[in-house]
Amino acid sequence: MPKMDRMLSLAIVLGAIALVAPLVAPNDYVVGVLARICLYATLALGLNVVVGFAGLLDIGYVAFFGIGSYLYAFLASPHFGLHLPFLLALPIVVAGTALFGVLIGAPTLRLGGDYLAIVTLGFGEITYLLLLNLDRPVNITNGPSGIIEIDPPGLLGHVVSGNTQYYYLFLTVLAAALIASRRLQHSRIGWAWQAIREDELAARVMGVNTTVAKLQAFAIGASFAGFAGALLASWQRSVFPENFLFTESINVLAMVIIGGMGSLLGVVLGAIVIVALPELFRDLAAYRLLVFGFALMVLMIFRPQGILAPSRRR
Amino acid sequence: MLDALGILPQQLVFGLALGCVYGLIALGYTMVYGILLMINFAHGELFTIGAYVGWGVLVWLINAQLGGLHPLWVVPVLLLMAMTVSGVLGVTLERFAYRPLYTRGATRLGPLISAVGASIFLQNAIMLTQGARMKVYMTNLLFPRNWYVHIAGVRISALVMVMISVALSLMWLLNLLVQRTTLGRCMRAVAEDREVAAVMGVNVRQVISLTFLLGSALGGAAGVLVGLYYTQIDFFMGYSAGLKAFTAAVLGGIGNLRGAMLGGLVLGLIESLAVTFLNPAYRDVVAFVVLILVLVFRPTGLLGESVPQSNKV
Amino acid sequence: MLRLVDVVAGYGPIGVLHQISLEVKASEIVCLLGGNAAGKSTTLKAILGLVRPATGSIEFDGQRIDRLPTEEIVRRGIALVPESRRIFARMTVWENLAMGGYTRRANPMQEVTADLERVYTLFPRLRDRAHQHGGTLSGGEQQMLAIGRALMAKPRLLLLDEPSMGLAPVLVEQVFEIIQTINGQGTTVLVVEQNAAVALSIAHRAYVLQGGRMAMQGSAADLLKEDHVRRAYLGED
Repeated sequence: MPKMDRMLSLAIVLGAIALVAPLVAPNDYVVGVLARICLYATLALGLNVVVGFAGLLDIGYVAFFGIGSYLYAFLASPHFGLHLPFLLALPIVVAGTALFGVLIGAPTLRLGGDYLAIVTLGFGEITYLLLLNLDRPVNITNGPSGIIEIDPPGLLGHVVSGNTQYYYLFLTVLAAALIASRRLQHSRIGWAWQAIREDELAARVMGVNTTVAKLQAFAIGASFAGFAGALLASWQRSVFPENFLFTESINVLAMVIIGGMGSLLGVVLGAIVIVALPELFRDLAAYRLLVFGFALMVLMIFRPQGILAPSRRR
Repeated sequence: MLDALGILPQQLVFGLALGCVYGLIALGYTMVYGILLMINFAHGELFTIGAYVGWGVLVWLINAQLGGLHPLWVVPVLLLMAMTVSGVLGVTLERFAYRPLYTRGATRLGPLISAVGASIFLQNAIMLTQGARMKVYMTNLLFPRNWYVHIAGVRISALVMVMISVALSLMWLLNLLVQRTTLGRCMRAVAEDREVAAVMGVNVRQVISLTFLLGSALGGAAGVLVGLYYTQIDFFMGYSAGLKAFTAAVLGGIGNLRGAMLGGLVLGLIESLAVTFLNPAYRDVVAFVVLILVLVFRPTGLLGESVPQSNKV
Repeated sequence: MLRLVDVVAGYGPIGVLHQISLEVKASEIVCLLGGNAAGKSTTLKAILGLVRPATGSIEFDGQRIDRLPTEEIVRRGIALVPESRRIFARMTVWENLAMGGYTRRANPMQEVTADLERVYTLFPRLRDRAHQHGGTLSGGEQQMLAIGRALMAKPRLLLLDEPSMGLAPVLVEQVFEIIQTINGQGTTVLVVEQNAAVALSIAHRAYVLQGGRMAMQGSAADLLKEDHVRRAYLGED
């Protein structure tokens, strides 16, 4: 299968570059960008499970990212006075976010395409509004001021500091996410998702428990986001509601689409494009969104299947 | 609690006025969805553009010092200009950003993403050309503060009456067009079964363009009304107004014109009630909660029609 | 009047019609037979421009129509009674008929009104239900409406896609009698059918499609005698 070999060699090349990148990067800021790419690629892989594998159009995905970030902030900052160690907080955050995944996914089970998108959008908005406003009557999220002074990750006694260390941490997480995605894709669940994506009715007739499969997609997708959220919180050492606006959902969705839905490598490529390009055009910052919007339109017209179209026939 | 009850009638009037505006915007969504099964995400921006056009024309009129600025002729001029610009823009959007997609049989994702892209593009275009700060409608130059009536202890200003009557008139006209004219029949036919409509000799592409024209124009009109009433407009207003109007459309039954009008009114009233009795900061949350409740428990909406099942791309 | 020459057509990568050629002469009733998925409906769609032939040509009155948009093709005098009726359920009977006459909206009112009268005379039940929504009609009534709607266009060529589908035998007979009447009044007819017996009973000539290819053709009388046809499509042994 020549295509597989091409993909594999591309992956190996990228992997090699990734390993040495910080060493050849011109400055720390660039390393920071690379770290950000890895973080968002992980996030996008989570959305890829929901949209790319299972075909569930979730455009409010940023909600899980925000929930994960804030959960970590609750567990590891002065806000509630909790300072759980990184390795203990992580599983709690992931589990908690996955739970939200199920809660948000449950009402959408009977909905098709566009309606599903709108409901998830609604949930995304509600999440943002709650994050913004839940400082009265009981202060849960600290409102617009966000939560600051979050603990950095502590791994076996070593406190992570400096962009380079964060980069390698995120890179490791990304690699794990890629492996997990691949395993999921070719597992029983993965086939179930593909069946649902192609034709839900037929899948059900064939005996696939679509309810469970969809909820699993939401839960797993959410857990990726939760993980990424915890990483973000511990890296930025702060979280604000503004980090989790609808535009972020669209950014992540764009990453999944640009690369070609379902293609893992494509998702990574998409993350690189979406995160790195604005950096290259810093001067034109004001025009960034303008170009982005225009690019989305153009992309849909000329290459709707994404840059790296998935190998399966549509 | 008694406090709340006291201001309730006033709030209900506001809710009604707001609901009329939601209804106008919702019509745009529902018309496009009915005919293309597509959510025109950029519709909110057409509303914003209408508001800005109205603002621009009003400023020009004020500066031109034409003397008697009476709302009786100024408001129609504002509406006309805004509706024209929004309408044309909507048609252009359909022609260049959407049409290439659905004629090619792309998945539903394609038009949605393109619409999102268009929305982001337009929003930022407005911001870059008009500035990020809000603009102000000098409504008080048109509607002196002492123009109001008292009905059952509620103060209803002339402005609110104009808002409601304009909105209702436009809705009534649209209804007339759709129900009683040949053109309206063509629109309904295309919405119900595009293939068969084509076989009847209907130029489907033209009908789609026209639908966008009308829907967008209504959105533009809503923009002017909102500008006049709330006096402050900014480039971001289309986003939340758009989502809420979409909620209204879904609430009434997406694809159903009367549903959009009804849904708008109901949502406006629900929002007023929520603001009266709950924390006003959660005003927007109310709309989304309504949206989710409707979609989960009664996706066909109040005037529930099942979504057309005919052969569509 | 209508001529298809070596038409190849399909949906994307799926080829359905493989070099179909058929002809319908003026004032004839021609029927196109075949089992499920033989390509019968696709043939009609190709004629109407709903599916574009990859190669081959379609001529109407000597002029190529295979590259024209559907609304243009229909304007030349071809009307369709779609498979499963596909009437506008949310519109009234009258509105359905009005839509049927859309291509003639430039003609004087009296003409169109006269046509409406003709349709009501042919289908009295439609007159009774003129202001009811199409969705409330029974299957048989919807079939009448679908035919009436097509007639409103005053077509020179009437295409019918499996008019017997889902109808009780008595209604099927009625429908085909009406088709004969319409033909008697001067309209050329091309009927696509699975129910070979009833179709052949009114047709002048017939074609048989199998797997997207023309398997047989000839006069209706000859085909009725063909053993193969009798066995495959008429259920006789």
